[in-house]
Amino acid sequence: MKVALVGNPNTGKSTLFNVLTGLNQKVGNFPGITVDKKTGTCKLPDKRNALIIDLPGTYSLYPKSKDESIVFEVLADVKNPVHPDLIIVVVDATNLKRNLLLYTQVADLKIPVIIALNMMDLANKSGSVIDVDALSDKLGVQIVPVTARQGINVDKLKEAIAFNPAIALQKDTIEVSLLAPELIHKIGEELLLDSPYVALQMAHQHENLRFLTHDESSRIEELEQEFSFHSQSSKAEETIARYNYINIILADTVTTSSEPKKETPSNRIDKVLTHRIWGFVIFFFILFIIFQSIFAWSAYPMSLIENAFMWLTGLVHTHLPTGVLTDLLSDGIIAGLSGVLVFIPQIAILFAFISILEDTGYMSRVTFMMDKVMRKVGLNGKSVVPMIGSLACAVPSIMSTRNIESWKDRMITIMIVPLISCSARLPVYAVLIALVVPDTKIFGFLNLQGLALMGMYFISFIAAIVVALVFKLVLKAKEKGYFIMELPVYRMPRWDNVLLTMYEKVKTFVLEAGKVIVAVSIVLWGLSNYGPPGKRAQVESKYQSAEVANTYTPEELNLHRSSELLESSYAGVIGKFIEPAIVPLGYDWKIGIALITSFAAREVFVGTMATIYSVSNDEAHISSVTDKMRDARNPDTGLPVFTLASSFSLMIFYAFAMQCISTIAVVYRETKSWRWPLIQFVYMTALAYFASLIVFNLLK
Amino acid sequence: MKLSQLRPGQSGIIKEFTDLEMSVKLMEMGCLPGELILVDRYAPLGDPIAITVSGYQLSLRMQEASTIVLQHL
Repeated sequence: MKVALVGNPNTGKSTLFNVLTGLNQKVGNFPGITVDKKTGTCKLPDKRNALIIDLPGTYSLYPKSKDESIVFEVLADVKNPVHPDLIIVVVDATNLKRNLLLYTQVADLKIPVIIALNMMDLANKSGSVIDVDALSDKLGVQIVPVTARQGINVDKLKEAIAFNPAIALQKDTIEVSLLAPELIHKIGEELLLDSPYVALQMAHQHENLRFLTHDESSRIEELEQEFSFHSQSSKAEETIARYNYINIILADTVTTSSEPKKETPSNRIDKVLTHRIWGFVIFFFILFIIFQSIFAWSAYPMSLIENAFMWLTGLVHTHLPTGVLTDLLSDGIIAGLSGVLVFIPQIAILFAFISILEDTGYMSRVTFMMDKVMRKVGLNGKSVVPMIGSLACAVPSIMSTRNIESWKDRMITIMIVPLISCSARLPVYAVLIALVVPDTKIFGFLNLQGLALMGMYFISFIAAIVVALVFKLVLKAKEKGYFIMELPVYRMPRWDNVLLTMYEKVKTFVLEAGKVIVAVSIVLWGLSNYGPPGKRAQVESKYQSAEVANTYTPEELNLHRSSELLESSYAGVIGKFIEPAIVPLGYDWKIGIALITSFAAREVFVGTMATIYSVSNDEAHISSVTDKMRDARNPDTGLPVFTLASSFSLMIFYAFAMQCISTIAVVYRETKSWRWPLIQFVYMTALAYFASLIVFNLLK
Repeated sequence: MKLSQLRPGQSGIIKEFTDLEMSVKLMEMGCLPGELILVDRYAPLGDPIAITVSGYQLSLRMQEASTIVLQHL
């Protein structure tokens, strides 16, 4: 049997889901829409297995965000693969009235339903006494009081699931038909619906329901015109009617002691954390800690992963016969995989922090504090979290924009997030700064190289804000933006939940981004290992001749050979081809190859530089990459290739250009269209080109 | 009197709404005519505000708060 969990946000619904299913969980996607579909299995007392579906938290069946829209779609579409046989409405006992609004809507869908009444302990503490049996009688539904965090009474809930009758027995809540009698009757008749409330909901939502055919939807539109149906006023009328019903029920079943309210602990914490001055100081301190940790804690596991892959590559080379397939495996597939997997530690650490900040309730305070500033540039308080996250990596940050309800705000956030310097740009900055910025201290304590690095991050933030402003003027809002948000009480984080979030995000990243990165790595491998016929043969025969072989040591010979082979490969040809376009920026064709290979992922830069400038691709030789680059001369003029001007121009290019296949893939996945990744690619690359041009000419 | 005119620490009772679409969202979140609203605090930059309504805390922008009309006390 299939059981759906439905409830308001912050009711402990996800905790209950974790308790019911343990580790038997699966995160997938609802087809055609990027809303996580969390399902899991639960063993029932009668030995049957129940499939539990955790639907996104919502205050009402009328959706406000992308995530919420899935709830009604699953509940109303009998053909949906996860359409439930039973709904558990998770209700927060401390806020019964608002929580029951969603219950009354769900109950009217005429699907069997059970209430899991969570946080009874907190309700009792706050002085309200709920007569559960009386409430259960009045609603005609089983109510199981649970404490999800401690797993109390979960067995009783499992029993209730197992032995709940298969037909909907709950009492009707409000007279739904009265809200739009003819319309509801007509829709119900034509679409063969049992529940008048489903018909009414379809009238409100038909434009966004993907299970309705085009004809069905336009027929509903026609009927709405015919009976002059006004969606907003009908919703208002319905909501008031539902609250009237709830008030009558609660009057007889809940008693609240009217002792004067003491100041809650949450309120006292808020006085500090959202203080006019301390609020911001604490926030920036927390950010500082997060970034220190992302870089400090991930360094060791990242080098472990890199070493493991180097060991694997070595293994492949020693144990497999030399040949094209072995090269493809080691330089294409394994190299591509390591490019993906090396980011696991950073993603895991970032999401551990985000999950802790969200779980404790602090994140909604950050949103609360930052909203006004962010709104000025066309963003939203909720854009802060993805922007911070993108200092580590834009991919998970773009995934975390889903809770921004306003379409325009969300799009702008997605558009600017990849501008913020992520950890993949760090190696590029590090190499180039080491090359042209002297390692000296100014004022005796400020490291000049460190300042240059900080400057790059600063520039990226400024660019993000300016671009956001531009998009604010260009994009038309689809709906009125609003910011009505619950500020949950502060709680201790649930550590098992933190671990689960880390695991899930890493898994999504590896599977989704991994596919693309590996594919592109293979293509790049092909491009740099094959070339126009004839050219490569010439190079090969040149190095086989005894004359050349005697000039160099065998090691040198190999390096020069691979360097010239690269020049004659398709990648080299492309590098030469784009050279006229990049010369004004101060680059030569070799940098051109790095630019092209970097369009798969920026961190490829150092590796490509290493190959092109004939040094072995080895972490220990990173200084020699710098040396070789320093020695690189323009063959025509004899001047160094990497000057202050060309290096800063290159850094600016890497700061702004959209050189990340994973980001393009995730933007496509999140916006469901190629339009947005395309716009982003074009504007970022254009920005990068012109900014670099200006920087090069200013510094030249 | 509108909700946006209250200072932190002040409270009022909701009378009606001036924006139909907003009112549906506000009511779904528990802001109903007849409910008592207490303004807990302003955000550090003066907007949005945090209010307590029907036993929990909600944050909304000044512009949204100005669509909530309070009863005369």
